[in-house]
Amino acid sequence: MSVDMRTFLAHVELGNPITTAAGCASSGRELAQFFDLHRLGALTTRSITMAPRAGRPTPRMAETPSGMLNAVGLQGPGIEAFLERELPWLAQRGIKTIVSIGGGTVAEYSELARRLADAPGVTALEVNLSCPNIEDRGRVFAREGSAAAEVIASVRSIMRYDVPVVAKLAPDVADIVAVARACVDAGADALSMINNPLGMAIDTRTLRPSLAAVTGGLSGPAILPLAVRCVWQVHAALPGVPLIGIGGVMTGKDAFQLILAGACAVGVGTALFHDPYACLRIERELEDLLRARGFQRLADAVGLAHRPPGSAPRHLLVDTEESSP
Amino acid sequence: MQVTGTVLTTRRVDAYHALTVVAPGIAERYRPGHFVSVAVGGAHTSMVTRRALSIHDVKSDYGGTVELVFTVRGPGTAWLAERRARDTLDLVGPFGRPFPLPRDPAHCVLVGAEYGSAVLFPLADALLARGCRVDFVLGGASADRVFGAMRARRIAETTTLTTEDGSLGLRGRVTDALPSVIADTRADAVYACGPMETLRAVTAVAMEFDIPVQVAVEEAMACGIGVCMTCVIPVIGDDGVTRMVRACAEGPVFRGERVRFEDVGTIPFDALGAPGGGARHVG
Repeated sequence: MSVDMRTFLAHVELGNPITTAAGCASSGRELAQFFDLHRLGALTTRSITMAPRAGRPTPRMAETPSGMLNAVGLQGPGIEAFLERELPWLAQRGIKTIVSIGGGTVAEYSELARRLADAPGVTALEVNLSCPNIEDRGRVFAREGSAAAEVIASVRSIMRYDVPVVAKLAPDVADIVAVARACVDAGADALSMINNPLGMAIDTRTLRPSLAAVTGGLSGPAILPLAVRCVWQVHAALPGVPLIGIGGVMTGKDAFQLILAGACAVGVGTALFHDPYACLRIERELEDLLRARGFQRLADAVGLAHRPPGSAPRHLLVDTEESSP
Repeated sequence: MQVTGTVLTTRRVDAYHALTVVAPGIAERYRPGHFVSVAVGGAHTSMVTRRALSIHDVKSDYGGTVELVFTVRGPGTAWLAERRARDTLDLVGPFGRPFPLPRDPAHCVLVGAEYGSAVLFPLADALLARGCRVDFVLGGASADRVFGAMRARRIAETTTLTTEDGSLGLRGRVTDALPSVIADTRADAVYACGPMETLRAVTAVAMEFDIPVQVAVEEAMACGIGVCMTCVIPVIGDDGVTRMVRACAEGPVFRGERVRFEDVGTIPFDALGAPGGGARHVG
């Protein structure tokens, strides 16, 4: 018996809940040499910016216990080249694509949304809010509900109504629920969390920071508990909002944790660096886990860990009723 | 492609380690200059990034084997050095842009510093098969850090060895010996692999002689497949625009004169998309 793995991101149906995390699948073509991208729930692009960006100097990466730090700096070709080359390649193949955008001002996010509004092949728009706000002394948008909400409201008003707008939240904030609520109130159709928390490593040989940019985003299994906590808190406060859980997912069991905490889709990032086939493996492992626990549908497991202790899972109750004469 | 390969043999080569792994799919697709990435630490490892390793030799026995050469730099490569025959390794590859080969027989000088020499041997075999003349210049800090001197002597017309401490061959660096080798052999092309500083110096020498130079860079990588964007170096494109390109996907072999060695580790102000917008109007 196979488990129904379909999930909904707002009104958009995905064949399965596994997506790539922004910035971890480059333009998509790199992974296409390993497997058929149609087998992903959706492919999330790297964060697209208005102008081409060269990114940060090297070294950009440092391995840390059960994780890694990165400071790539949104290297990318800019929206022009993205619309000319990368998006059409995905669109022609009919690959469900979540386009991630990043900007330094509300106007830049709005302009990106305007350029993407009529582009074919955008399944959903993810707004990377972990970018420094040029107009507010470089404070990242995701740190403050009002700044995040301003971006989301503007992008939402520009994007076509049938393309969900997803706000990507950062974990290193005082109150992630407040930021989540502000984004939803501003019109976000879904939320994704977590972006990389900031970290730092020092090379004890050179006596200098390991990364050229000094600090970088921490990713990998080290941040899974942080992601589970954020998804849990936001799902508890906003149970009706679809969540994409992202952060250190290496196995189907990790993905299952995020689903049980309230995510309806799961992003896979750093695991792709370790294993190009990670998305397929995690999807398979998740399906096996769901089947082993008696689930017929993925949707029945979403947020299930929130039920009061002692109460039987609903999906199992249904089973007993059906089997009784 | 991904292969779970069985380790066939392990050996120490002076200061370096070599592992022969059964990996038919990789051996079949291999071209000189390609590399593989290896998962380290076993199934439940805390090390999430792969290690990019150069291929020293490809053989057809057991369906196809690759020999990987590396030096112990940290816990990941230390784990690799502890592998024994019959252990399995998770390999992905072969990756990267291989060495372009001359169409007609040519005189080629192959320059290797430290264990960068390893990738030059399959290249030498391919060049010899095309009727090229091959001369080696190999170097390292000391005698035990010069890789492949014996094999080079066997296959090349001439082999020049250099060590910085003078314990083997000439005292100095490979680039000290390179000009005279290029002149003596009337070389048509130079191929090089080694640390960035060596590649910079080799490129400078080749440009002085006005002959083409192909360099294979050794940049730290997390994925090896082109998705993580951590292994970038500034390279000048056909259109004259400098871009931060991935050593794993667009490289590891580049035309030496196109690599902006002085600017490695920085974002040159005129690179496409550099902060401040040197070339922001382009593309």
